[in-house]
Amino acid sequence: MPARHPGTGRTRTVAAALAAGTALAVLTGCGAADMTRQSSPYAAARGAKTVTLSVQSWVGAQANTAVASYLLEHELGYRVDTVQVDEVPAWDALSQGRVDAILEDWGHPEQEKRYVTDKKTVTPGGDLGVTGHIGWFVPTYFAERHPDVTDWKNLDRYADQLRTPESRGKGQLMDGSPSYVTNDKALVRNLDLDYEVVFAGSEAAQITQIKQFAKEGKPFLTYWYKPQWLFERVPMTEVKLPEYQQGCDADPEKVACGYPHTPLRKYLNTRFAESGGKAAAFLKKFHWTVEEQNEVSLMIAEEKLPPEQAAEKWVERNRAVWEPWTG
Amino acid sequence: MLRHRAARKLLPLAVVAAALVPLALLFPGAGSWPAPLAVDLSGPLGRAGDWIIDNRDSHPLFLYFFGHVSNAVVICVRAVYSVLLAAGWLGVTAFAGLLAWRLAGLRLALTCVASFVACGLLGMWVPTLQTLALMAVAVGAAVVVGALLGLAAGLSARADRALRPVLDTMQVLPAFAYLLPMVLVFGIGVPAAVLATVVYAAPPMARLTALGLREADAGVLEASASLGATGRQRLFTARLPLARRQLLLGVNQAIMTGLSMAVIASVIGAGGLGDRVYQALASVDVGAALAAGIPIVLLAVVLDRTADAAGNRLGASTPGPARERSLLRRVFAGWYGRLLTVLAAVAAAVAGRIAGAALWPDSWLVPIAEPVNRAVAWMTAHLYTGVPVIGGTADWAARFTGWILDPMRTGLQAAPWWLLLLLAGALALLVGTWRTALTAVLALAAIGVLGVWEPSLDTLSQVLAAVAVTLVLGFAISLVAARSARAQRLLRPVLDVCQTMPQFVYLIPVVALFGVGRAPAAAAAIVYALPAVIRITTQGLGEVNPAAVESARSLGATRSQLLRQVQLPLARPALLLAVNQAVVLVLAVVIIGGLVGGGALGYDVVLGLAQGDLATGLVAGASIVCLGLLLDRVTQPAKEA
Repeated sequence: MPARHPGTGRTRTVAAALAAGTALAVLTGCGAADMTRQSSPYAAARGAKTVTLSVQSWVGAQANTAVASYLLEHELGYRVDTVQVDEVPAWDALSQGRVDAILEDWGHPEQEKRYVTDKKTVTPGGDLGVTGHIGWFVPTYFAERHPDVTDWKNLDRYADQLRTPESRGKGQLMDGSPSYVTNDKALVRNLDLDYEVVFAGSEAAQITQIKQFAKEGKPFLTYWYKPQWLFERVPMTEVKLPEYQQGCDADPEKVACGYPHTPLRKYLNTRFAESGGKAAAFLKKFHWTVEEQNEVSLMIAEEKLPPEQAAEKWVERNRAVWEPWTG
Repeated sequence: MLRHRAARKLLPLAVVAAALVPLALLFPGAGSWPAPLAVDLSGPLGRAGDWIIDNRDSHPLFLYFFGHVSNAVVICVRAVYSVLLAAGWLGVTAFAGLLAWRLAGLRLALTCVASFVACGLLGMWVPTLQTLALMAVAVGAAVVVGALLGLAAGLSARADRALRPVLDTMQVLPAFAYLLPMVLVFGIGVPAAVLATVVYAAPPMARLTALGLREADAGVLEASASLGATGRQRLFTARLPLARRQLLLGVNQAIMTGLSMAVIASVIGAGGLGDRVYQALASVDVGAALAAGIPIVLLAVVLDRTADAAGNRLGASTPGPARERSLLRRVFAGWYGRLLTVLAAVAAAVAGRIAGAALWPDSWLVPIAEPVNRAVAWMTAHLYTGVPVIGGTADWAARFTGWILDPMRTGLQAAPWWLLLLLAGALALLVGTWRTALTAVLALAAIGVLGVWEPSLDTLSQVLAAVAVTLVLGFAISLVAARSARAQRLLRPVLDVCQTMPQFVYLIPVVALFGVGRAPAAAAAIVYALPAVIRITTQGLGEVNPAAVESARSLGATRSQLLRQVQLPLARPALLLAVNQAVVLVLAVVIIGGLVGGGALGYDVVLGLAQGDLATGLVAGASIVCLGLLLDRVTQPAKEA
């Protein structure tokens, strides 16, 4: 055992801690650190003005970001950083200034109340121009053979055909990423359906599985959403659920209705919205249609073009669409 | 002898079981954990999450502590990144090459340069720099923290006792599980990623430091004490220098675990190579994921081999200048050599800047994404179903799920909870001491108390099934490899790639081959855990005392007799270690399997991260830790027994 000198040891520890603390304070500028002003260390590293955009895991969101980044970089002279992050954490990041904008939000009332209404750290950035809709879908080739499958009341009759090793002897309703808005478990329970909700865990896994099923012409039932480029490759027909009415999904335990049609919205970090100059103005004006978004999405997901190249192609072909945004 | 001891230990348990099993038959409904014994944490945890979000911008704890930590991390990473960017690709590559040369010789220097060039060719230069910057800061901090903890544990027995369970927990904790609290406090992005990496990479450094200090040669210490050195002098002049091999090994381990974590941290917006892999995953683009995965593998291999070689060189006696063979090496030796290395790198950087080549030229790219995607498409088109005789991969997956996973899950979930506790205790007692058994039983009980009994058993069934397959495959391959040096040489790069390739890269191909569900998660876990099992087993078999093998052979033992009666028993410690590693690694990937439909705890962790749901995520994370502890304990190679 080494000899111990408790007194000096403690003094030294305290001194070291003090020194470390001082160094930290000097390094970061004394006083309070503002957690609402947190940017990425990679931003602005080359001396350019940087905008940070969040990308969600679905390809539509990638398309928005790709086109916005391309125009910001090539028309407005910004540098763009993208951060891939799920929807709820993206709101959090937006309020902290880690990202400047979300370009496609599917409706998060809880977050809107917390950040837009109460804290005012997030500012609405207007509509994206695309209306989103979530629903249950079967492949069109299956719906054509059995037209009555497109009503939820008849679904039980097809449970046998939709069984998989994962569905515990019932029919399989495939859900996607846990980050998506879904009431499916409650719906299956409350509509008393002979189905098991199987979570694919990520959109990538879900798409891969849908394509695999489609290649074999097998029937399947899946949670899916519009707009989505996959419809161009695997045509799917929506299954009618009890109609959505305002507030029928208020209690997540008692939901027994389908999903609403949601105009997708943009949100900006408040500080960025006020002082973001041309970039903020551009992102507020950014507004396009389902077809335009799908065109880019398909290039990314099917032709496997890097998002940047897909955006470049679209920008070249659609000058009239985007010119008003940059003006 | 061994059997006797085991029997004696198990006797009391057997008596208890004999009394309880009839009870189990009397109450067949006693399957799941009793509700009164569970604690629902969703209320308090949810409130804690809300409190953090509401107070993050105003509470002094954040303003004066976490905020500064976060800013310091950002500043450090930015500084490193700016330096790397300013050096340009020529400067960075030259510096890395020269450093590898000084530390590890010419061959590694060439590998190193080639690797950096490959990163550029794959179009990943900037992400590679981002990952390097993040790694440099995180690993640097992890080494400092780990060394301090190790110093405490190495010098004081009490600190060691206090630290051991903490380090144990940190090590069996799958990385994926504790990103959530980091995100909540620091928000997404680099600070959370760096701190998560530090937490993950510090334990191996701490352990090895402590080990090195404790193993320091007593004779040398005695000598230095007799020369009148004070405690501190002895530490710096004798104990630390004697422990330098272990210290370097610790640094090496910190680098490797740090790199794997830097990739996983892409889920919380860490940027860099991991982010590219993750984004490629989103558009189901295996080729692009691989293009980002390869640089990670290359970085890992280069860093590992360089640190390894540096460690070996330090361990060997320092050769005098006269024994240096080449003139060039002599020029680069000593402190002026160090200076020269830096100067040469700076010269390369300046030359690069003058030539206007700071960033990797866009025209020098090798697109690999497309051919890879075509290969994957071919594979899935031809292997999924309808392969004659053996059936397609989808059929295998269905059989694996139906015949192995389902019965195991049903069995585990239907078994009375106290019987499982008993079983865990018995198994742990068999391999360890009563203390091990207690830990195992408490870990399993904690899962029940947390209220996630059923999903945890689901995860457990997946782990057990995947471990079984891993072990069968691993042992079979090792038996072949142990006999032939050539096979080992061929295997090594394959194992390197499987072990260091980020697990996210596997996820899409396994879904394409096995469909969505638990089967692809198991497949990914097997691919990931197999290399460690093969390595450890091959080494264990290879190190079996040749004299024992020879004498058995001379007694006329056949090959299979030799294997069963000599080699396998002698390699028993290695085999047990392989089982232990397989369990820990499989658990880590089965959790990530939540992203491909593995469900259970993995899904809960993903859900917690995606929805910012502290209650679900933390409870699932905690039960994964418990599951990890349980599995680790019941497979721990028996040291004290």
